[in-house]
Amino acid sequence: MADQVLKTHNLCAHYGDFQALFDLDLSIAEGEVIAIIGANGAGKTTLMRSIAGLNSNNAEQIVYRDEPIGALRADQVATKGIALVPEGRQLFPSLSVEENLIIGGRVGRKGPWNLKALYQLFPILEERRNQPSTSLSGGQQQMVAIGRALMANPDLILFDEISLGLAPVIIKTIYDALPNIIDDGMSAVIVEQDISKALAVSARFYCLQEGRVALEGDSQTVEREAISRAYFGVH
Amino acid sequence: MDWINALIQGILLGGLYALFAAGLSLIFGVMRLVNIAHGDLIVLAAYLGLSVTIMLGIHPLLAMFAVVPMMAAIGYVLQRGILNKTLGDDLLPPLLVTFGLSVIIQNVLLEVYSADPQKLDAGTLEIASISVGDLSIGVLPLLTFGIAVAIIASLHWMFYHTSLGRSFRAVSDNQDIAQLMGLNRRHIFGLAMALALAVTAVAGVMLGVRTNFDPSIGGARLIFGFEAVIIGGLGNLWGTLVGGIILGVAQTLGAQINPGWQLLAGHITFLCIIAFKPRGFFPRVSG
Ligand SMILES: Nc1ncnc2c1ncn2[C@@H]1O[C@H](COP(=O)(O)OP(=O)(O)O)[C@@H](O)[C@H]1O
Ligand SMILES: [Mg+2]
Repeated sequence: MADQVLKTHNLCAHYGDFQALFDLDLSIAEGEVIAIIGANGAGKTTLMRSIAGLNSNNAEQIVYRDEPIGALRADQVATKGIALVPEGRQLFPSLSVEENLIIGGRVGRKGPWNLKALYQLFPILEERRNQPSTSLSGGQQQMVAIGRALMANPDLILFDEISLGLAPVIIKTIYDALPNIIDDGMSAVIVEQDISKALAVSARFYCLQEGRVALEGDSQTVEREAISRAYFGVH
Repeated sequence: MDWINALIQGILLGGLYALFAAGLSLIFGVMRLVNIAHGDLIVLAAYLGLSVTIMLGIHPLLAMFAVVPMMAAIGYVLQRGILNKTLGDDLLPPLLVTFGLSVIIQNVLLEVYSADPQKLDAGTLEIASISVGDLSIGVLPLLTFGIAVAIIASLHWMFYHTSLGRSFRAVSDNQDIAQLMGLNRRHIFGLAMALALAVTAVAGVMLGVRTNFDPSIGGARLIFGFEAVIIGGLGNLWGTLVGGIILGVAQTLGAQINPGWQLLAGHITFLCIIAFKPRGFFPRVSG
């Protein structure tokens, strides 16, 4: 099915003897925005790292537009058009704000995003462009992290807890910018612990619990009670 | 006057030590690799310089244009073929492997070139000097110093103003996230080692022109390089030049007091400095 941008088949992940993900089957359609929710330690970040190629898998476990990519290295996955905004921002401290953005564009894919477009989206970054990335506030750093991923002009962008540790007003700024970002037919995965934020911007969701999908469905029609049950594992 | 002369000789000698150290500093900065074989690679470069000068009948400084790309190629292959496999959270494997490499290089050099001391013949350049007042400054040490400053300046510029330098800094900061930017760290590490050994090639040829060398002298060059890097502060290339100069001056002033004290004075100065400034004068890398 070519209208699926990404599918996982029995995706598992291990850290040594510890198994973090169990046989996950997920799919994301072209242009779709899905949410991954789940409590701390549910395996959301592990899932993002697996898709991005930072955790290794069997080739067939992750299929991107009919191509098995599970066994590729992260740099190869990046050139295919998948970008990750990692949890905790993880900017390069030795690089200035602008250098962080430029290095994001290294993969050299064509598309709407470049420095100019990003500075229009987040004008504060242009003001701060020559500062070390570590001198920015948390919210501004998150803008750089998002910008860095966009610079790759990805077809699929993964956001891992972009609101973590930020003030509500900053979270609002960033979430207000999301529709502009995800326009243009880009597909997106939004990982959040804040359930209402995640459901508001997504079409479908998966709720993870201890490395398994506990619930999946339509973000707009799902009942809150069903989510609480899946989220906390009360039966 | 003797003292001023010793001081100037020491500063110029520091240039050579900075050349020994720059490659070490670069690879430690990019991939946290401590290369025990670095001194032997310097000696290998001197021998390659010897072979090229003999085979082609050219001046050693000209031979450098052949030795530099040879060493760079060796660096890339060495990194991708062996050293990348040793890198990880544990610092011990790269230490052991580069130690083994050091032994192998020494033995191969011994086998191919024998233990007889060799020297690169730079002709009249070796005795040329310029007079400044009562002082006479050798052209060769001056040239070595000039080359060292030029190389450090270029490396610094490369590190902070080019796309390759940006990739080096990014990989050094966070290897995983750098991979997400489409950077293959194995390739970047290969390039860093190639660059480090290109600098080492220059260091080896300048060493061979300056003094006799034989397969066993790598260890001492490694120590001088380490001392310069640590005095200057890890991860700071200009600091490495300053470290080299401090070490060079300490040695020549020590020798001025008593000719037998040259090396001892250098090591004691190094120990005093790390006793009071354990992170060197201009540290840039934390941890
Ligand atoms: N590097 C690691 N080594 C060992 N265990 C890990 C590592 N990273 C995550 N884990 C474990 O894997 C599980 C899932 O973690 P994670 O994917 O970070 O969850 P989430 O992002 O949903 O909070 C947790 O139990 C966590 O302790
Ligand atoms: Mg997480």
